[in-house]
Amino acid sequence: MNVRLYIWQRATAAIMAPLVLVHIALIFYATRQGLSAADVLSRTRGSIAWAAFYGIFVAAVSIHAAIGVRNVLHEWTPLTERRAGFCAIAFGLLLAALGARAVAAVVLP
Amino acid sequence: MIARHLKHRGSALWLAAIVHRLSGLALAAFLPLHFLALGLAIEGEARLEDFLRWTDRPLVKFAEVALVFLFTVHLLGGLRILVIENLDWREGQKQLAALAAAVSAIVAFVFLVRVF
Repeated sequence: MNVRLYIWQRATAAIMAPLVLVHIALIFYATRQGLSAADVLSRTRGSIAWAAFYGIFVAAVSIHAAIGVRNVLHEWTPLTERRAGFCAIAFGLLLAALGARAVAAVVLP
Repeated sequence: MIARHLKHRGSALWLAAIVHRLSGLALAAFLPLHFLALGLAIEGEARLEDFLRWTDRPLVKFAEVALVFLFTVHLLGGLRILVIENLDWREGQKQLAALAAAVSAIVAFVFLVRVF
């Protein structure tokens, strides 16, 4: 892993640490009486705060996971660094696209 | 010769590194499915509700408990790495790694109790 990717991975980890804590707390809160779509969507739909929270979360996790996958592919499979990089970029873009769609699905009124 | 090269694999910190990597891989594999599930809300609240009722199955609940453990252990393992890399070195890393695993197990157990 080069320095640029190392810094991106650590920076996204630092950004996500508080977000993950809030997300875990929310998982516990949302499941207190069984998870329901009405409960989830009443909290998130039309909320700029949740849109920003999960928008940042999706962007950070897409970068963080892609770099992690790149490292694993390069170190644990016969793939060259270049091919591992291509796979990681594809995975990161997939995560970003699916994540953006998921955020839109739960926050747009 | 081989035994000497593999000796580090018995170390608690090697185990912590492997747990961090494997939990990261598992979470990376889960994320697209998580996003696809949430994306069902595009088709309406009822579509998401149908999916959530499917997740009431015990096997899915156990999978969710495992995910909570992986999520927490990856967070705490990652925080330990950030602290090591950015602050002064401090002793007791094996104990901190064990504490991270123990806290994650407790969080997952509390979640297990809540969802059943």
